[in-house]
Amino acid sequence: MLRYSLKRLGSLLISLIVASLVIFACIEVVPGDPASFMLGINAQPDTIAALRDELGLNASIYERYVSWISGMLTGDLGTSYTYRSPVTEIVAERLVISLPLAIYALTLTVLVAFPVGVLAATRQGSKTDISVMGATQLGVAIPNFWFAMLMVLVFAINLRWFSAGGFPGWDAGFFAALKALTLPAIALALPQASILARVMRSSLLDTLSEDYIRTARAKGLSKRQALWRHALRNALIPVLTIIGLQFSFLLAGAIIIENVFFLPGLGRLVFQAISQRDLIVVESVVMLLVFAVIVVNFLVDLAYAWVDPRLRSHA
Amino acid sequence: MKKTLTLTSALALIATGALAAQTDVTIGMQLEPPHLDPTSAAAGAIDQVLYSNVFEGLTRFGPDGTVNAGLAESWDISEDGTTYVFKLRTGVKFHDGTDFEATDVVFSLDRARAEDSTNAQKALFDGIESVEAVDANTVKITLNAPQGNFLFNMAWGDAVIVAPESIDDIKNNPVGTGAFTFADWKQGDSITIARNANYWGTAPALEEATFKFISDPTAAFGAMMAGDVDAFYGYPAPENLAQFEADPRFNVLSGSTEGETILAINNKLEPFNDVRVRKAVSMAIDRQAIIDGAMFGYGTPIGTHFAPHNPDYVDLTGNAPFDPAAAKALLAEAGYPDGFKTTLKLPPPSYARRGGEIIAAQLREIGIETEISNLEWAQWLEQAFRGYDFGLTIVSHTEPMDIGIYARPEYYFQYDNADLQSLIKKLGVESDPNKRTEMLQQAQTIISEDYVNGYLFQLALTSVVDAKLNGIWENAPTQAVDLTGVSWSE
Repeated sequence: MLRYSLKRLGSLLISLIVASLVIFACIEVVPGDPASFMLGINAQPDTIAALRDELGLNASIYERYVSWISGMLTGDLGTSYTYRSPVTEIVAERLVISLPLAIYALTLTVLVAFPVGVLAATRQGSKTDISVMGATQLGVAIPNFWFAMLMVLVFAINLRWFSAGGFPGWDAGFFAALKALTLPAIALALPQASILARVMRSSLLDTLSEDYIRTARAKGLSKRQALWRHALRNALIPVLTIIGLQFSFLLAGAIIIENVFFLPGLGRLVFQAISQRDLIVVESVVMLLVFAVIVVNFLVDLAYAWVDPRLRSHA
Repeated sequence: MKKTLTLTSALALIATGALAAQTDVTIGMQLEPPHLDPTSAAAGAIDQVLYSNVFEGLTRFGPDGTVNAGLAESWDISEDGTTYVFKLRTGVKFHDGTDFEATDVVFSLDRARAEDSTNAQKALFDGIESVEAVDANTVKITLNAPQGNFLFNMAWGDAVIVAPESIDDIKNNPVGTGAFTFADWKQGDSITIARNANYWGTAPALEEATFKFISDPTAAFGAMMAGDVDAFYGYPAPENLAQFEADPRFNVLSGSTEGETILAINNKLEPFNDVRVRKAVSMAIDRQAIIDGAMFGYGTPIGTHFAPHNPDYVDLTGNAPFDPAAAKALLAEAGYPDGFKTTLKLPPPSYARRGGEIIAAQLREIGIETEISNLEWAQWLEQAFRGYDFGLTIVSHTEPMDIGIYARPEYYFQYDNADLQSLIKKLGVESDPNKRTEMLQQAQTIISEDYVNGYLFQLALTSVVDAKLNGIWENAPTQAVDLTGVSWSE
């Protein structure tokens, strides 16, 4: 298990270094100057030059890469060009929304997908199964921003149970904050839960037709016992893979939902920073997301080994 | 007995609750300020939140665009128009408790015109020779030549007076003299300002105001309808306005702005260096169709680069009436009977994106094929504005009184006319109002008859406001959401 983990950790580090180079190179070639963006169309050229100087944009690419990486290793991501406050603070403020939102949405996803998937698999071909398949098909097909707007219309504008969006901050109380994240989390969870339920169902169907399940049944286990003791655990490998992918997606890909509910999350931060050419923020956030994706994959790899002992010895 | 007492006190509570008017307000806005220093960025959102609310200048704009006294109570102008002596208000304090004095004015203006200044409108201060503190409440400003609109220039958000002690942290913690103090900024979400208990002037009716940033038009609709915001300044989805107008809970304010929206033409690029071609382009454009199609009817047609609500405006829309046949004939006369191909570069705002498609179709009618590219602002600045790499582009010029850009041959549309340049120069040093009017009208006529750009319409400002909320500015003489006179009716 230790060797397996170390090997995974090694490839994690290499991925991070490569990612940092690619991100920096890509972003540096994007045309557009943050200083002229800030100063608009009436600014005089010498004013723009003065601002470029103040922002440190006149240093060479190499110098900027080194200072970015060395800063990052010490936890200092630099200062935003536009906001003029430390990137670490800006990102932290956004992360306290994006991370809980991703976890909330993923929890809903798992809570819905597991029972529904298991139910459909154990009653293959029944009416329940058919309606689950139909409903999940619909869940995958509905665009989540449209579903989000629909919820705003019903629950915020007509019923007035929720705000149409925004986030009061965690200092407004845990439940107030959670309430503000509820509609977005449901909108995010709907397609994810549909996908996961379908994966759960087909994976469980595969394992249920394996020989060892027949053996277990022959030994005298009831259907339910065979399901809980043998089938479910083996069906989890593809499900874990999907959950890992979904978490990374929810963390980074919530931008459209963030826009619909005007939540100040990471996705919107990146979007704004790109259009304002706040390159240092873009670089840092993208790097952070890469880091999150890689770490999640690493954890998923470890989880594989935990559910499937064969992976430990093979590694 | 006890029971009746509780009942009456409960009734009293309800009564006072109903009588006391609401004293907080939440205003929706599409764009968030990048930082909070109005004196070092062009972003209009900074002024919208802070101008007049938190920061004040020597003079200030009123809701109708007139220039009124601000931190300067009165002023004397020397005979030759080069010396301004401002008498400052006494007893004014900055929000950090320090006194506002003449030295603060010297500091603010010197900072704005310094060599390493990052003021986006540094040109406003170009004519200043020196700024001196005569005594604690008197400032003497000497100009290197008379300047007709110096008091107007000092009313801009870029010319507000800042507190020297707070300057290092101004971008995150602005300290001014205004009726509201900066309270909190939840980045990406909202900014809150609170009533300044020590304000020198009339105390505002509001105790607290929150600006909430909602960029998505659909989300703006939802927030307004669900009551999350009390007003939406510059409501971004004109297609919903009819619905708000029909709803008694809301008022729709439609006012004018300083934004001349133009189809800018690259005057140095062939074939646009021929005035006949530019005239043909202008005559191919049906302004009303653009206003109706792109702006849902909100906007006033213009025929030159000047705001129609300004008393000095001349209506020159007749110089380029919509006449595709005449336009086609002009093109043929200029040597392009079959038209030509050019580029149309569009920045993100909807006036440009939606308007661009309509203009492309109208130009196609006279044989001009446009290749449309949608650009982000940063790309637009790089390619079109600084790189002159465009044939046509659509931009709204939102700075007030900016006809002077036509006297800058290096400015992106590259119009170079010595007559206009000397006229603008003379205008700069003229302070006689009648002569100024005459010169401004002459300048408007010159650029209109030279067909420098296609003049489309004056951008309208449409805001949706709770019907019980009074005092929100209808027009936008500058980019400000001045809350000092805003209150709730009961």
